[in-house]
Amino acid sequence: MAALVGAYQEIFSYPFMVNAFRAGTVVAVVAGAIGWFVVLRRQSFTSHALAVVGFPGAAGAALLGISTAAGYFGFCIAAALVIAVVPRAAGASRGEESAVTGTVQAFALASGFLFSSLYRGFLSGISALLFGSFVGITGAQVTALLVVGAATLAVLAAIGRPLLFASLDPEVAAARTVPVRALSVVFLLLLGAAVAEAAQITGALLIFALLVAPPATAQLLTVRPGLGLLLSVTIAVAVTWAGLAFAYYVPYPTGFFITTLAFAAYVAARISHAVGERRAFAGGTV
Amino acid sequence: MPASLVQTLQQPFVANAVVAGTAIAAIAGLVGFFLVTRGQVFTGDALGHVAFAGAAGALAFGLDLRVGLFAATVGAGVLIGALGRRGRADDVVIGNVLAWVLGLGVFFLAVYTTSGGAGNGTAGITVLFGSIFGLTTQQSTTVVVVAIVVAVLLLLIARPLLFSSLDPEVAGALGVPARWLGILFLALAGVTAGEATQAVGALLLLGLLSAPAATAQRLTTRPFAALPLSAVIAVADTWAGLALSLAVPVLPPSFSIIAVASGAFALAIAASQVRRRVLGARAA
Repeated sequence: MAALVGAYQEIFSYPFMVNAFRAGTVVAVVAGAIGWFVVLRRQSFTSHALAVVGFPGAAGAALLGISTAAGYFGFCIAAALVIAVVPRAAGASRGEESAVTGTVQAFALASGFLFSSLYRGFLSGISALLFGSFVGITGAQVTALLVVGAATLAVLAAIGRPLLFASLDPEVAAARTVPVRALSVVFLLLLGAAVAEAAQITGALLIFALLVAPPATAQLLTVRPGLGLLLSVTIAVAVTWAGLAFAYYVPYPTGFFITTLAFAAYVAARISHAVGERRAFAGGTV
Repeated sequence: MPASLVQTLQQPFVANAVVAGTAIAAIAGLVGFFLVTRGQVFTGDALGHVAFAGAAGALAFGLDLRVGLFAATVGAGVLIGALGRRGRADDVVIGNVLAWVLGLGVFFLAVYTTSGGAGNGTAGITVLFGSIFGLTTQQSTTVVVVAIVVAVLLLLIARPLLFSSLDPEVAGALGVPARWLGILFLALAGVTAGEATQAVGALLLLGLLSAPAATAQRLTTRPFAALPLSAVIAVADTWAGLALSLAVPVLPPSFSIIAVASGAFALAIAASQVRRRVLGARAA
């Protein structure tokens, strides 16, 4: 216990670690809450695509001398708008649709690579953009994350109930005059903001660690929405804190620790879920 | 002008890049055609993730990068093929596994970077985004030999594979061993992903697999015309990309290749859209 308190005091004696924990906590709360709806609505690959588009945004912002956070927010939210507005191409086969997604993704990553290599000396920063970093987060960045995060959660709270209805049963919801289409557009915009936040901690390639793994874990453990949301946020925050603490002591990227912890929690929940089902089945036959 | 072109091509790094790039693009076009036809584009994405982790793992354990690269991509290809329909998990499972595989790659890379000298720092970027101008003559020869083996094997199974891709039930009833063909194909796709990682990198190989194949399918609906066309387009994209990067050196070659391939695909979509509208207007 004394060792733990000592470690706590040591970590928080550095302002950059305090900022990292503040930023990580804000991001984890937003990702845990938005992510719960992402998993429910089966949009995890949309969130991955948005994050990949965020990468050239962040690299381009660095090239222009703007903060990378602005690049993430600008590109992720713009991409969410594009996905929401552009209709599915008529006559395209399923194979071609995934080829389009794959091509856009590769092009976005290639552009990010180009911007990074144009910005001399930034090439080492590429891995921070792709796989996350927690050093050098300023107080102003924490404030920006907090403002955007609070706005995102406020809108989510306002539309939460109809959104849940529309996600669980879109047809019945539409029949009861719930504006299903408008809700899905608003949710995509919230998703863009949440992805931009999460990518700043986990990196563009590893957002599954905060946005998908914790809510998926929570949904395996409980089907009740309120409890599930709470659990999802709790897991995301716990994983982030532990990941940051590990990364402080061991010089490996934050993204690796957060991904591994989140994945471990998900695997553990799956195993306990499977065991529970088998037990219930055995109990039923006796 | 031709004299300076000859001079450019005579530089060993350019010659190696053109030779290896042509071989890689040709098999990427062939394999990509089947990936798109079989609806397995995202398997290509998975192979890219695995390629990164495998190459980084080999570096961390002090092995030749290519050993880990090919072991991982071929292993993953066979595994995905063998799991088949049973292995068709939902997107949350796939996404979580892929994210963790990438995370593992980052870990291996950090182990390698912190253990070695100054040159180790850029190894990760090389694996992620390729370095086709950095290939040695020996490496480029290996790339070509492997590509020829892949192309020959793929063309040998092309007819039954296409049959079982387009109509799995009828093919199965006529005794085509669809399951084994599928596994062999994904093993070949794994080798191709390993090859492409050396040219455009683990993160961008998805573009080289999907864009030329989808472009070819926009231009013709006949499968046996689209298959070679896909390879030709991939090679043309690669040559144009390399030429662009030689003319404008600030553009990394992997960016140029993917940019040209994406641009060609966008043009093909626009052209077929226009043609459909014109034909529609004429019919009306």
